[in-house]
Amino acid sequence: MASLADLTIAELSKTMAKKDASAVEVAEAHLKKLDRHRALNAFITETPDKAREMAKASDARRARGEAGLLEGVPVAIKDLFCTEGVQTTAGSHILEGFVPPYESTVTTNLWKAGAVMVGKTNLDEFAMGSSNMTSHFGGVENPWKRRGDNRKLVPGGSSGGSAAAVAAYMVPGSTGTDTGGSIRQPASFCGIVGLKPTYGRCSRWGVVAFSSSLDQPGPFARTVEDAALLLQAMSGHDPKDSTSAPLAVPDFAVAASNPNVKGLKVGIPKEYRVEGTSAEIMALWDKGVEMMKAAGAEPVEVSLPHTKYALPAYYIVAPAECSSNLARYDGVRYGLRVPGKDLIEMYQNTRGAGFGKEVRRRVMIGTYVLSAGYYDAYYKKAQQIRQLIARDFKQAFEKCDVLLTPTAPTAAFAAGDKMDDPVTMYLNDMFTIPASMAGLPGISVPVGLDKDGLPLGLQFIGRSFDEETVLRAAAALEKAAAFTARPAGY
Amino acid sequence: MSLDKDTVARIARLARLKVPEEELAPLAAELSGILAWIEQLNEVDTKDVEPLASVSDVTLPQRADKVTDGGIAEKVLANAPGGAVYIDSTDKNAGGFFTVPKVVE
Repeated sequence: MASLADLTIAELSKTMAKKDASAVEVAEAHLKKLDRHRALNAFITETPDKAREMAKASDARRARGEAGLLEGVPVAIKDLFCTEGVQTTAGSHILEGFVPPYESTVTTNLWKAGAVMVGKTNLDEFAMGSSNMTSHFGGVENPWKRRGDNRKLVPGGSSGGSAAAVAAYMVPGSTGTDTGGSIRQPASFCGIVGLKPTYGRCSRWGVVAFSSSLDQPGPFARTVEDAALLLQAMSGHDPKDSTSAPLAVPDFAVAASNPNVKGLKVGIPKEYRVEGTSAEIMALWDKGVEMMKAAGAEPVEVSLPHTKYALPAYYIVAPAECSSNLARYDGVRYGLRVPGKDLIEMYQNTRGAGFGKEVRRRVMIGTYVLSAGYYDAYYKKAQQIRQLIARDFKQAFEKCDVLLTPTAPTAAFAAGDKMDDPVTMYLNDMFTIPASMAGLPGISVPVGLDKDGLPLGLQFIGRSFDEETVLRAAAALEKAAAFTARPAGY
Repeated sequence: MSLDKDTVARIARLARLKVPEEELAPLAAELSGILAWIEQLNEVDTKDVEPLASVSDVTLPQRADKVTDGGIAEKVLANAPGGAVYIDSTDKNAGGFFTVPKVVE
């Protein structure tokens, strides 16, 4: 029999429902994997005792006939979600040792559905990065390696630990957050499914804030169906987040179990054919279009003229919001405090020592673009560009139901690469940021391997609050691509 | 837009970040590089374009102005880096303080 850790969420649910395994046994099988693959550094905090306790309670609920949607399913939580009584660091020295006295809404929803937490995953500091190399707790290793090459590769970022944990079969699902691509790009790098819901679908309450108008929690899993199940549990209106959408949650699992795309109009944005993208990714994109066509969908060429401006506009909006959000880390109420001769020096010492290089860089960019005299030239300009980007998508969706694009311009790169010039690293998110700026849902689906044996993903982008069509298209592509590759040794 | 060392030092002060002197010049070069790259936005004509601050087109909800929680001072002060000071050490939820270095002489 296959190990319990090889099963998907849907399979685990069936196995536990048939009493072929208990939640405690399922938890133990996954905790063993955490043990075996600790060298990947996917977790900042492992919570085996909590996992056993939650699994025991889950078995008791099932015995009483009260099984939830994710009853007994082990999950890993990005260390950006506040978890009551469990250290939450945001990958930063400034929050090291911070133990929240409250639980985020998304994790509360997961526990209500019966899920079991095995630990808190590593991430780029405050979710700022595309490689997981900016974490105060060290980089995460991607379980995938190039064929015949032993160099360590990055899992992408910022939700790198959550993606690596799922790819290495340590957990069947995990949570991430996506501000400019932080779920979709690591999903592509790690050969798994990653879904960024529409802005407002999942509550941001209790999620450490980076860029409040863009941040959105979402799931990682190995199948589209599993991602839908996780999203189902995570979603819902939350009065504690004023931007949480007061909408009913559709049955995402039903959408994901229906790969019928006959007559579905799939938009292919011509501006996504950009220089610098690997030829293999362009070829894979063409293949993806053919697969959708073979499944009965109708490809349509569309134009999103302001695509190339999304990235530079993002690097005004996100740093501006981050510099405001991170003002709260002042050494007064929680987190690190480095003494100084007066209050101002205490602030400066605390923030200088507590924030890493990339975070300091973005706080400074944000402070600069918001400073007197520069606001109109930068921040207002970026918001106007954002309007044009949102308008582009609106017009494209008059001609199609969903868009198909590459997820990232390359496969996973080696740890330490692209670190010399910040802009080179930023370019990783060129295909994911436009949808983020417009608040639209996007999913990355693993479609194939490149010549080095590394996974590559394609992205679907949908209309606002139309995750159902996104999931349906993703299920069709998943079925056609039949991606079954596993990283060697996992 | 090219930033010099003095401007970077001024931004660092505004952001309450201690930046060591030897990091100012490399930081000025990096930030200038990022800002130069951002300047391609000037190619776009944004005359009469309404700025988009948030994609959420929901009207911000309002609620009655009344206390929804409280009496949890111990939780609020649990992570205080300088240690918490309580009004009444026998009833920590009666209230307390964060401590900071002296601000007034």
